[in-house]
Amino acid sequence: MATQFVIDGLKATIEGKEILKGINLEMKGGEVHAIMGPNGTGKSTLASALMGHPKYEVTDGKVTLDGEDVLEMEVDERARAGLFLAMQYPSEIAGVTNSDFLRSAINARRGEGNEISLIKFIRQMEGKMKELEMNQEFAHRYLNEGFSGGEKKRNEILQMMLLDPKIVVLDEIDSGLDIDALRIVANGVNAMRSEERGFLIITHYQRLLNYITPDYVHVMMQGRIVKSGGPELAQRLEAEGYDWIKEELGIEDETVGQDE
Amino acid sequence: MSTEMIVPVDRETVAALSRSKNEPAWLAELRVQALEKAAELNLPIVEKTKIDRWNLQAYGTPTSVNAVTAWNEVPAFIREVFEDEAADLNNVVVQHNSGAVYSQLQEDLKQQGVIFTDLETAVREHEALVKEYLFQAVAYDEHRIAAIHAALWNGGVFLYVPKNVEVSVPLQALFGHDNASATFAPHVLIVADSNSRVNYVDNFISAEMSEASVINGVVEVFVKSGAQVNYASIHHMGAQAADISYRRAHVENDGRIEWVVGEMHNGNAVSETTSILKGNGSTSDAKIICVGNGEQKLNITTKAVHFGKSSDSQMITRAVMREQASSIINGITKIEKGATKANGEQTERVLMLSPKARGDANPILLIDEDDVTAGHAASAGQVNQEQVFYMMSRGIKREDAEKLIIRGFLDPVVTELPNEELQTLLRRYIERKLGQ
Ligand SMILES: Nc1ncnc2c1ncn2[C@@H]1O[C@H](COP(=O)(O)OP(=O)(O)OP(=O)(O)O)[C@@H](O)[C@H]1O
Ligand SMILES: [Mg+2]
Repeated sequence: MATQFVIDGLKATIEGKEILKGINLEMKGGEVHAIMGPNGTGKSTLASALMGHPKYEVTDGKVTLDGEDVLEMEVDERARAGLFLAMQYPSEIAGVTNSDFLRSAINARRGEGNEISLIKFIRQMEGKMKELEMNQEFAHRYLNEGFSGGEKKRNEILQMMLLDPKIVVLDEIDSGLDIDALRIVANGVNAMRSEERGFLIITHYQRLLNYITPDYVHVMMQGRIVKSGGPELAQRLEAEGYDWIKEELGIEDETVGQDE
Repeated sequence: MSTEMIVPVDRETVAALSRSKNEPAWLAELRVQALEKAAELNLPIVEKTKIDRWNLQAYGTPTSVNAVTAWNEVPAFIREVFEDEAADLNNVVVQHNSGAVYSQLQEDLKQQGVIFTDLETAVREHEALVKEYLFQAVAYDEHRIAAIHAALWNGGVFLYVPKNVEVSVPLQALFGHDNASATFAPHVLIVADSNSRVNYVDNFISAEMSEASVINGVVEVFVKSGAQVNYASIHHMGAQAADISYRRAHVENDGRIEWVVGEMHNGNAVSETTSILKGNGSTSDAKIICVGNGEQKLNITTKAVHFGKSSDSQMITRAVMREQASSIINGITKIEKGATKANGEQTERVLMLSPKARGDANPILLIDEDDVTAGHAASAGQVNQEQVFYMMSRGIKREDAEKLIIRGFLDPVVTELPNEELQTLLRRYIERKLGQ
């Protein structure tokens, strides 16, 4: 069965402020959707709400992955069901090595009694690290601790590759990456494209989409998707900015959650 | 108040103890003198902890033990510390209750003049050397507990490393207690002569006993110029035992002391680890972790006193408190006048895992010299929920995520232990104390 991910009328608040005001989006395995939009319009909030971050309260709407109710699940259950979020600001966890963390994550997914053998795990991890041109020492470093911005992003992609999710949300995976790293990360994502997997890519810049061609591009403002189109929409945004959309839709302040 | 009420031991017991160990007259006198002093002295001042309400009477009586000649005759609860087959048994001193029972040192170290034996034996065989240093770092008349220790100490360790000798293998001591009515008061005395180097590790363990006991241990370390002593200590004894440890190092010019302490005790504890940086360029690094559970009350102090110019002290304490456990974590950096260019940094962090757990981190800087640098950081809080979310977002269950984070909080200190076996041992205690 092809993967199907449906967001239907999703509303969410943080500290009582409504940030998501009814998001509708349908994704199938094999598709790449890009979400663009000015700062502070709710993109990361959408990503966090989908993953189940405790700070965000979902007040309305429905999210299903292959027919299963995602919002009913705990964060870890969502992950094990196949949802993956590469975060805009990944946490640093001192004292936990990257490889211990990765192995725990893989084993959580495989379930008790079916743990991956150490040797196989190391082989997999080292293989993927090589693809991402990551120095092997990152396996033994503490999780994200002291990683540069770009190194953290690469580490997010490493996790994605090892966890083999069905729906991947990438929140500004391109920010902080140098030109070479952008290509490496994009290649990593492209290598993962398949009929079983859908991608939701949050980005500000066309350059990532030059490497990863999206099937759909959505624009978020004021906590809603206000416009959708094909790859050409991203190109127009890159060339002209957001003003024309705001004009077209009569929006003055595109942000969300400011003094209401 | 009669002497017996303050100090639960009498003069005759102490005199008999000296006789039974064939001690020289000066030491026999010192014990009696200390006992008399104990009755006059107050309890030590232990910041924010009312130790006067603790049961500090249960010192038991000195009880003779039989030395053994083979490792497999050492009581099982002590041997279990070295569960690991790979453990190095060539350099071990073992104390069981009130006395030393076993001691080994590899031949080549003996040839180089290294002395590693129990302190009782050292008093007989290396009297002058012991006399020169005993109670010179922790004076017998500092406070009542030190005085009682000086009157009652038993077993212990004497380690002497001659000039320029480097000992690479860790020398280990095991202090085991399984009879609550037997006095247990190990005294560790280490002298590292100029430009020598040594790794020493001790383990305090006990069988689970239903009666109360007091463990009164003192550690004195003398680091001569250019020498380095790495001292690791792991304490893991029963809930009914009050564990009081005063550890103190005197460090001379360009000498270095490194402390790694795992306070995994199950009862109340007072633990003070002090580096006196006497010499110019002397340095100290102290890393202490502690896990409290049940009703435990813990007072953990790390201290550096700077006299030497350009002396440097680093202190890290990390404590995890669960259930109703409470802890006072003190970090004291004292820089004396004249210790120019000294530097002292300290960090205390407490992680609280339950609403009833308490943790109080107190960084204290006492600085009497202008030309110095010093810094401190302290925090007490719960497991970071952002980190838990991050881990859960990769499929890891909440419980496992928290476990990983807590272990990770302590791990930077665990990995400081000199070998895998000890790291495994400490991790095992940590898991046990975390109820896992
Ligand atoms: N934890 C929070 N506490 C308070 N306000 C928040 C919090 N998280 C988000 N917000 C607010 O919600 C709004 C949307 O934030 P969000 O991070 O979703 O924006 P974004 O579209 O991802 O922006 P950017 O492009 O800058 O990453 C902002 O006004 C932000 O300040
Ligand atoms: Mg964002």
